[in-house]
Amino acid sequence: MAPAAALGIVRHKVSSEDWIMRGILGAIALYLLVAIVLPLYALLSKGFQDKDGNFTGLDNFTEFFTTPALSQSVANSLTISSISTVIVVSLAFVYAYALTRSCMAFKSLFKGIALIPILMPSLLPAISLIFMFGKQGFLTFMLFGNEIYGPIGIVMGEVIYIFPHVLMIILISMSMSDGRLYEASQSLGAGPVRTFFTVTLPSIRYGLVSAGFVAFTLIITDFGVPKVVGGQYNVLATDVYKQVIGRQDFEMGAVVSMVLLVPAVIAFAADRIIQRKQVAILTARAVPYAPTPSPRFDAIMTAYCALVGIVIVGILSVAMFASLVKFWPYNLSLTLANYDFSLRDGGGGDSYFNSVKMASWTAVIGTCVIFTGAYLVEKSKGFLAGRAAMQFLVMMPMAVPGLSLGLAYIFFFNHPGNPLNFLYHTLPILVICTITHFYTVSHLTAITALKQIDNEFESVSASLKVPFYKTFWRVTVPICVPAILDISMYLFVNAMTTVSAVVFLYSPDTALASVAVLNMDDAGEQASAAAMGIMIVLTAGGARLLHAVLTRGLARRTQAWRKR
Amino acid sequence: MTGKDAYLKVENLTKMFGDFTALEDISLEVFEGEFVCFLGPSGCGKTTLLRAIAGLDIQTHGRVEQAGKDISGLPPLERDFGIVFQSYALFPNLTVHQNVAYGLVSRKTSKPEIDARVAELLESVGLVDQEDKYPAQLSGGQQQRVALSRALATKPGLLLLDEPLSALDAKVRIRLRHEIKALQHQLGVTTIMVTHDQEEALTMADRIVVINEGVIEQVGTPQDIYSRPVNPFVADFIGTMNFLSGVAGNQAQVRLGDIELTTNNCPDGIQKDDPITVCIRPEDIATRGVTPDTENAVPTVIETLEFLGSFYRASLAVQDAGETTIRADFSINLVRDLDIKEGQEFTVALPSDHIRVYGEIFTHADDLI
Repeated sequence: MAPAAALGIVRHKVSSEDWIMRGILGAIALYLLVAIVLPLYALLSKGFQDKDGNFTGLDNFTEFFTTPALSQSVANSLTISSISTVIVVSLAFVYAYALTRSCMAFKSLFKGIALIPILMPSLLPAISLIFMFGKQGFLTFMLFGNEIYGPIGIVMGEVIYIFPHVLMIILISMSMSDGRLYEASQSLGAGPVRTFFTVTLPSIRYGLVSAGFVAFTLIITDFGVPKVVGGQYNVLATDVYKQVIGRQDFEMGAVVSMVLLVPAVIAFAADRIIQRKQVAILTARAVPYAPTPSPRFDAIMTAYCALVGIVIVGILSVAMFASLVKFWPYNLSLTLANYDFSLRDGGGGDSYFNSVKMASWTAVIGTCVIFTGAYLVEKSKGFLAGRAAMQFLVMMPMAVPGLSLGLAYIFFFNHPGNPLNFLYHTLPILVICTITHFYTVSHLTAITALKQIDNEFESVSASLKVPFYKTFWRVTVPICVPAILDISMYLFVNAMTTVSAVVFLYSPDTALASVAVLNMDDAGEQASAAAMGIMIVLTAGGARLLHAVLTRGLARRTQAWRKR
Repeated sequence: MTGKDAYLKVENLTKMFGDFTALEDISLEVFEGEFVCFLGPSGCGKTTLLRAIAGLDIQTHGRVEQAGKDISGLPPLERDFGIVFQSYALFPNLTVHQNVAYGLVSRKTSKPEIDARVAELLESVGLVDQEDKYPAQLSGGQQQRVALSRALATKPGLLLLDEPLSALDAKVRIRLRHEIKALQHQLGVTTIMVTHDQEEALTMADRIVVINEGVIEQVGTPQDIYSRPVNPFVADFIGTMNFLSGVAGNQAQVRLGDIELTTNNCPDGIQKDDPITVCIRPEDIATRGVTPDTENAVPTVIETLEFLGSFYRASLAVQDAGETTIRADFSINLVRDLDIKEGQEFTVALPSDHIRVYGEIFTHADDLI
């Protein structure tokens, strides 16, 4: 017995394993520091400087709010974002209701159709709208003399572009509803209307609010739709672009993108709070709801979904058709000439291959970094401060709009004093930027998968003297392959379609397909822009198909150990 | 056991989680080849102690010594133990063979040696023909055996079992109790098992460590703990016990109301007229051949007779001791022979050897519910 020894706090011997874990975690934290924190700091400080880098306090902001042309954008952005949010959440709610609460046929087909816009850069639905409702559009009469260029076009484009994102959030919250509550409500004699207001709506209200916030953020920060159909109607996202690319006024660009940061951060914070509440209402013993057939209701729901489906498929078909004809709408004979990008502005044919290359690197490197980081945050022991810092860092990208991120990269990486300056205008910086831009969602996907794995695997392997990285490779990774495929697919598709962050970062040698769509549209080459957009859709769609095949094949191969 | 050097020594171990003290000044010795159970209600700190010994959650203060070596601050990878968790933590994507061989592969053991060792282990737990199955294809009991084989594969000096049976059906659990105990005995591996199930601890352990609210209440053999609990908590936690409040009398005398009882187990330091708790187990109450002259005879009225299959549990009202009720076990024979009925008067005796007296007022846990 040594009572004196008992008073001392036990010093933990840090094993070489722990050092490896901390080293990797530290490296990923350093990556996030360089890829998000420092650029963001560069952006924020730029907003308080004049052209020569002198600190000017709030002068830039005063100028912003006193210049009517600029401050008008704030009102415009809020207006179209609010209107679009209300419309898209309502449309998606009914669609999700049809998918989960009716017994209509072709549910998976309708779900698939609704997800098509995810495969498009947001420029594409807007270009399609111009073919349909523009000056030579075949549906222009339906606008009753109004112009598609302006708020009408923006709202229509945003609703289509955001629809799948909102639908997925609502679908998840609807599929989590507890079937027993419906049985209880029915057995107590409540009719369908009362059941709807007392059971359905309360159980999905957090999902609806969350969908609303996500929709609002995506719309207010989206740049593709207003760029194409905005016309003279200025919004914040296009202002950033105009200030930086058009007027080379980086300071004002920084101010506008900081203003853009405000609603994004608020929406992000609100969404996090709501998500926490959503978890609390779900009990482990909930029974999934099973709808009962009702011919009339099912028919109405089918008709509704068909209508929405026709609009989405129509948007895609119009773009595709317009890209395949000689000269819309005067010469409708078919041609592949629009797919010969070497003759066009905006990077030519290389841009497509640059995009595929960039998206592949993003998917491969991003998945490795993000999954490893998530594993260490979730499963490593001790090192609490490091893990807490990491948890904060990984949430940051979600709150930063792509345009702000891209601009922040200019300020940070293009600074002559930055040793990382050599990255500027290269493919790697596009990969870094894109991984960072989509880091949070991928990280959360990985965390969800990792949380389902027994926490004692690491303890068991330590007791068997097997280092953690072997168990990570032999057990954790194989178990998580479905999530890993999901993450890489998500990164690939988004890297193919994103415009907002990369539009400030490409060089003539690293032009991307999505940026080419933008530039060709700018140059009045709508047919080629549509053609390039279709190339993106086909590539992203191909990736999704490959993902589906791989996932299914994998499910069959691993059936033995997954299910009893 | 004294005289031998302890294989595992825990000295003045304290574990804090923030301001909460999960374990306070725990000292303990485990001898080579011994099977020790940590027994206590949920949240008492028994699993925390096991995890500290394994190095999975290292203690705040105190020493842990294994085989003469100070391992207090070592990470689990540098300690010598095998562990089975309540969830088994079998790797779902590896076969039974691969799971059991998991720790052997990284030790540069040759393949034939690994195969031989795995076969030997699987044979000892009766799973030879299940080698190529995945854990999800096995029953709970089989999974448990695989987890045990995996933990034993590397021949650890210490086997740690964290509630290994609590996820199983009652019948499987009883069978596995015997299997684990037999295997442990055969291999002679020093074993610590955490459980909240007193029956499990009583049937399997060489010694039991009763833990409550982060402190050790009692350490002893199952017989010791059962028949000589050192305090009312242990008395209550293990087995069934009558708790009767009384006052101390002269020397070996205690009084329950108007009834005077003789006892051999009165602790020191109790003064005459001190309030005390008198304890006796229902099965220790004498029921046959009791006359008013028998030592510690108590006249009662049978309030209820609860049929429990192999015996009856009677509630006996003791009028002379206020509203006190005593629970006593009546054999089927007794009830049949004497034609015992509810409402009948019946005299029992509380044998002085079996009465335990504690100098504190104890509220029976059931009364709080």
